[in-house]
Amino acid sequence: MSEIGIKSYAAFIPRLRMDRASIAAAHAWSLPALKASGKGERSFCNWDEDSITMAVEATRACLAGGSKHRVGSLVFASTTPPFADLQNASIVVNACALPASTATLDAGGSLRAGLSALIRALRTREDGDAVIVAADDRRSKPGSIQEMQYGGGALALHLGSGGIIAKLVGSASSASSFTDHFRAEGEKYDYYWEERWVRDEGYLKIIPESVERLLKEAGVRADSIDHFCMPATISGAAAAVAKRLKIKPEAVVDNLASKCGDTGTPHALMMLAVALEKATPAQKILVVGFGGGCDALLLETTDAIRSYQSASSVSAALARGVTDKNYTKLLSFGGELDLDWGMRSETDSKTALTQLYRAQDQVVSFIGGRCGNCGAIQFPHLVACVNCGSMEPLTPYPLADEPAKVATFTADWLMYYPAPPLYVGLVQFDNGARVLMEMVDVDPAKFDVGSALRMVFRIKEKDGRRHFNRYFWKAAPIY
Amino acid sequence: MATGIKDKVVILGMGCSKFGERWNCGTEHLLAEAFQEALQDAGIEKGQIGAAWFGSALDRANVGNSAIPMSTALRLEGIPVTRVENMCATGTEALRGAVYAVAAGAVDIALAIGAEKLKDTGYGGLPVTTKGTLNDLIMPYSSAPAGFAQLAAGYRTRYGVSREDLKRAIGRVSWKSHQNGAKNPKAHIQKEVDLDTILNAPMIADPLGLFDCCGVSDGCACAIVTTPDIARGLGKKDLVTIKALQLSLSSGRDVGTAGWDGSYVRNTRIAAKKAYEEAGIKNPRKELSMMEVHDCFSITELVTMEDLGVSADGGAVKDVMDGFFDADGGVPCQIDGGLKCFGHPIGASGLRMAYENYLQLLGRADRRQLKNPTYGLSHNLGGVPYSGVAAISILGLLAH
Repeated sequence: MSEIGIKSYAAFIPRLRMDRASIAAAHAWSLPALKASGKGERSFCNWDEDSITMAVEATRACLAGGSKHRVGSLVFASTTPPFADLQNASIVVNACALPASTATLDAGGSLRAGLSALIRALRTREDGDAVIVAADDRRSKPGSIQEMQYGGGALALHLGSGGIIAKLVGSASSASSFTDHFRAEGEKYDYYWEERWVRDEGYLKIIPESVERLLKEAGVRADSIDHFCMPATISGAAAAVAKRLKIKPEAVVDNLASKCGDTGTPHALMMLAVALEKATPAQKILVVGFGGGCDALLLETTDAIRSYQSASSVSAALARGVTDKNYTKLLSFGGELDLDWGMRSETDSKTALTQLYRAQDQVVSFIGGRCGNCGAIQFPHLVACVNCGSMEPLTPYPLADEPAKVATFTADWLMYYPAPPLYVGLVQFDNGARVLMEMVDVDPAKFDVGSALRMVFRIKEKDGRRHFNRYFWKAAPIY
Repeated sequence: MATGIKDKVVILGMGCSKFGERWNCGTEHLLAEAFQEALQDAGIEKGQIGAAWFGSALDRANVGNSAIPMSTALRLEGIPVTRVENMCATGTEALRGAVYAVAAGAVDIALAIGAEKLKDTGYGGLPVTTKGTLNDLIMPYSSAPAGFAQLAAGYRTRYGVSREDLKRAIGRVSWKSHQNGAKNPKAHIQKEVDLDTILNAPMIADPLGLFDCCGVSDGCACAIVTTPDIARGLGKKDLVTIKALQLSLSSGRDVGTAGWDGSYVRNTRIAAKKAYEEAGIKNPRKELSMMEVHDCFSITELVTMEDLGVSADGGAVKDVMDGFFDADGGVPCQIDGGLKCFGHPIGASGLRMAYENYLQLLGRADRRQLKNPTYGLSHNLGGVPYSGVAAISILGLLAH
């Protein structure tokens, strides 16, 4: 059996970036100290993005190039899974149209869950390719330092053999009840202990222990580490850990604090992706994760890294950001502020679960049909062909990755929509299919009939009573 | 071989309630108001009605399911009464049911009545409804103006019309209807509005501003129909007859395939062609005396002028700006003020349009009266331009 390693990676960072100075300005009357952290921007989810939608986008990009059929397992790691009991990983698998035979698992309980899943997958060498995808949409109390520090995002890794860009050198883990922060079941917000204690007794003791054990077992010197990935919101913590371990200061990878904030569970993997983006062959990358103990993973890049290009690198995902200064948007989208949307928002969005299951290939996987008689590609697929009326069976035709353009559109200011206006119109696929769709991430100055579109997986409706969100596909411009 | 409906059925009487925010009236009051006028106009007793069709589109916001609320409101005892619903074509569907029943010889006299109570929701615009279990999962929940606003994107792209020129033309469509509606005591909005106000109104669905959208009102309209012989036997002299009644529905082609460019409404074109054939109209621009079209939104009316063949394709902007559809123009459109001024109590609208054509043909339209009209067309459009229903009726005078 040939060596297993990382074949591909892809990042997803929500397009929305909140200007931290705007957050600080809103709190200046009560919490003037926040001004000190009011620098840079943090990513945040649009109203229709969550850990599942971000994981889907990262996974799609990670598997771009047609290796979906080889996937044998997928782990979804998150501390903010939309569902507590309903497998989130299965929804990701269905949305990405991965094989139904994919073994799935939800991981969580700690911000290091994504890295833990990666280590486990690399060490157990399961049959078939594996996908590890981590995503978090972290809630923070208005006015808290976490509101400044947190961000949203997802990172997917494709593991397998052949053409790997990084291979396993070794790993070490530890378990500890050191509690730097916690969030009890059913609670909205994390609760943090004093930073100085977390740094001195937590990061600076627990991480070095695991790393030293790992380096010793692997026979690798600390000063030969080329990239050191340690997610930590405490300023200078990673540099202090590196110094204690005698890792070169220049090996410390930027924690993206000023660019998108701490994305949580995906963040260790996000930093690994930053390292992989810069790495040359035969370099050593050390990744650590912290929370209820520690995970440390040592990887070495291969020659294949030279020609590898991610379909969505971290720098590309960062570059897609759009700065927003409307602090109440962050509050509203995050569920912290209940705006008065009027009576039109009072509708019941109960989902018929029977209907959803009947049509899951269409709704979740966005699979249309191709007419057995005239060949017309169509969505939704009913029984008879939309073009010729034939009742010849339609063959499945996936639309999620098909190129499309705007045929008609408008901006609807009347209908209730959590991020007005609602852009809606006919999406014309190059393959002939046409679908009436919601359009998102629209920049009105650069949007018209003929604009190129790509499909994105989003929340279609939130059921405020039962909290079963409907997911579906929307069309987004390609900027 | 089908021979069509032309001249087989006449209107014995019609009624139309005052349209508006009828805060103190329920649907039962609106029904009674229109019905009493129609009975008086027809000169018959209620008991002479052999069957009835009730159009109401929104059950939950209105009186609920079935025709029972209508038969109960009007105390129609023991006759067949049917509720019909086909979105904005609902009123015309009720008329179609009654007219076909008479033409079939099933009954001598039939009633078509449509009513909608839209002002019991607590907010402006049409009530928000679900679209069915599958559509709820895959269709955007956009508003009615958002559906029709897409015609603007399609139209200006096809004909190379600038945003500004199109906005001005659709603004003039609304301006003209307000001019007409100001002269109609039954209209909801009876006032003229200047073009600048229309053009600068708040945006509802780009490019449709507030005045590009029809009002939202309560209302009811009805028709009592019979055969020409029975009408004459009842002493009627000038008879308004049904020249054509046509309907066309989408198969999903425009919303699901690449053919449609967003600049027209296929259903209107199909229904119009059939209606002109049925009525024997060869050149609608010359032969039609007036039109009551589905001006739910100004852009809809503009596009409809081409779909009905009154304007050439790409010619509606010029016709509108030239005043061709004004009260003193070539083919006056919305001479009663249209949906723009009456609002759109969905079940009533088709019959309200027929009511104006009926009054005009009989010379009873007061300050709005046109000179010697011969054909009056009414047109409804339900759903959205790319997936919907179009209904057309043409009324005319029966030759002696």
